[in-house]
Amino acid sequence: MRRHLRQRLAHARRIAAVLLSSQYAYMLEYRAEIVLWALSGVLPFIMLGLWSAVDASGGLGMGSLQLARYFLAAFVVRQFTIVWVMYTFEEDNLTGRLSPYLLQPVPLVWRYVAAHLSEQATRLPFVAMLVGLFFLLYPAAFWWPSFSSLLLAVLATLAAFALRFLMQFTLTMVCFWSEKASALERLLYLPYLYLSGLVAPLALYPEGVRNFAFWTPFPYMVDVPARILAGETVPVLQSFAAMAAWAALLLPINLLLWRRGLRHYSAMGA
Amino acid sequence: MGRYLSTLRIFWIASLTAELEYKANFVIELVATAGNLVGSIFVLSLFYRRGQSLGGWSWEGALVVLGVYTLLEGVTSTLLQPNLSTIVAHVRTGSLDFVLLKPIDSQFWLSARTFSPWGLPGIALGAGLIGYAAWKAGASPAPLTLLAAALMLVASLLILYSLWFVLAASSIWFVKIWNATEVLRSVLVAGRFPVSAFPAGLRAFFTFVVPVAFLTTVPAEAILGRATGPWLLAGGAVAAGSLVVSRWFWQFALRFYTSASS
Repeated sequence: MRRHLRQRLAHARRIAAVLLSSQYAYMLEYRAEIVLWALSGVLPFIMLGLWSAVDASGGLGMGSLQLARYFLAAFVVRQFTIVWVMYTFEEDNLTGRLSPYLLQPVPLVWRYVAAHLSEQATRLPFVAMLVGLFFLLYPAAFWWPSFSSLLLAVLATLAAFALRFLMQFTLTMVCFWSEKASALERLLYLPYLYLSGLVAPLALYPEGVRNFAFWTPFPYMVDVPARILAGETVPVLQSFAAMAAWAALLLPINLLLWRRGLRHYSAMGA
Repeated sequence: MGRYLSTLRIFWIASLTAELEYKANFVIELVATAGNLVGSIFVLSLFYRRGQSLGGWSWEGALVVLGVYTLLEGVTSTLLQPNLSTIVAHVRTGSLDFVLLKPIDSQFWLSARTFSPWGLPGIALGAGLIGYAAWKAGASPAPLTLLAAALMLVASLLILYSLWFVLAASSIWFVKIWNATEVLRSVLVAGRFPVSAFPAGLRAFFTFVVPVAFLTTVPAEAILGRATGPWLLAGGAVAAGSLVVSRWFWQFALRFYTSASS
């Protein structure tokens, strides 16, 4: 029994290593594109410009350094939680590339997870460069998070990525029934954009909106990890519990739709 | 000229029939555009609810800027994005050869071949917001104001078109340039706000490097009847200049085109 388990673990580790290294090599080929994708995440910096100009006239309740750190952290968190599985899956489904993948003895979802993680690894040096440039332009904002908050922030970012991936992958299942399902992602992106804290720290929202936002999964995808990274105090346990609860809600729906969808799958088109 | 207009009509009717196969998309686009507008107004209200203002603009004035931005986004998804996104594929597969052989101007063909109705809700909502906010701000519909507003809107559309076209045309050298238009799109988000709301460094960047100021702020000033002569002249000059540059750039880029995967 124990030997069996050990064998399976070793097997899984080997598959993970192969998937990750091959996807990483693939992503490195497209590094120029990935740099451009990373650059297209400048929204937090634009918002920082606006908020710091407002802050200069006083009365935000948030210092200019705190604002700068928050938005820089939000930029970094966003870079490592970008999910695009829906677009890849839609294309794989429409072109019929899904069929050979389905024949492989590895659950398909790990291929996409590996692709996302490898893409993030490809981004890493470039994001580090941008962060360095930010501190060069704005040296007063420099801070180095304590080891524990850095560790927590990495964990929270990973959890945020997992939750967002799960959410989009659940919606992706619509691809089995419709040819243009990625249009739905535009709808899902709206509450994400306005409630996640990408445009402003949630602390600056009116209280009613903020309370409502924390009943949705979106603030946990940017605001919470970013505040941890920026060294602010955050109810850590409560946040991780909320993320786990949302994942526990989405996972069964995802699995159910996946089974139904596969039965409906007809090798090409929808 | 007449030939171009009649070809345009045929192009657009054909693409409209194709797009209408996906009617459910219209509802999604309408909801997405309206939701995006509500979200943007909410973000604006975050700045104004403390009794502060964005760069000295009144709430209604800022709404006019947002309206112009929404209108431009609508035009982007109706014409710019669906047309110019194909240049990359034409270069990669070499089908640009066929475009160049057609007895019609290649830049015209590439820029106006398809028409996607999904941006129309954005255009309508943007125009509606501009009208409402301008009326609330007390702008008078004097003929001279209307003329200046129309001119500045046309100028801003031409600038937007040229920016997109030059980026898309760069795919003749760099096949993988398409993401660059995403970068452009994400920078243009700054156009949701009056340019004077930014700190000095960014303001200069958004005026001289990426002319976001001429895309939304200057037309909004003209709509509100506050446009001054120098800004109107500058808007017109930037528009004319960028159009000429896009034309020249295309001729120049074509010299380097050597068919498939050049």
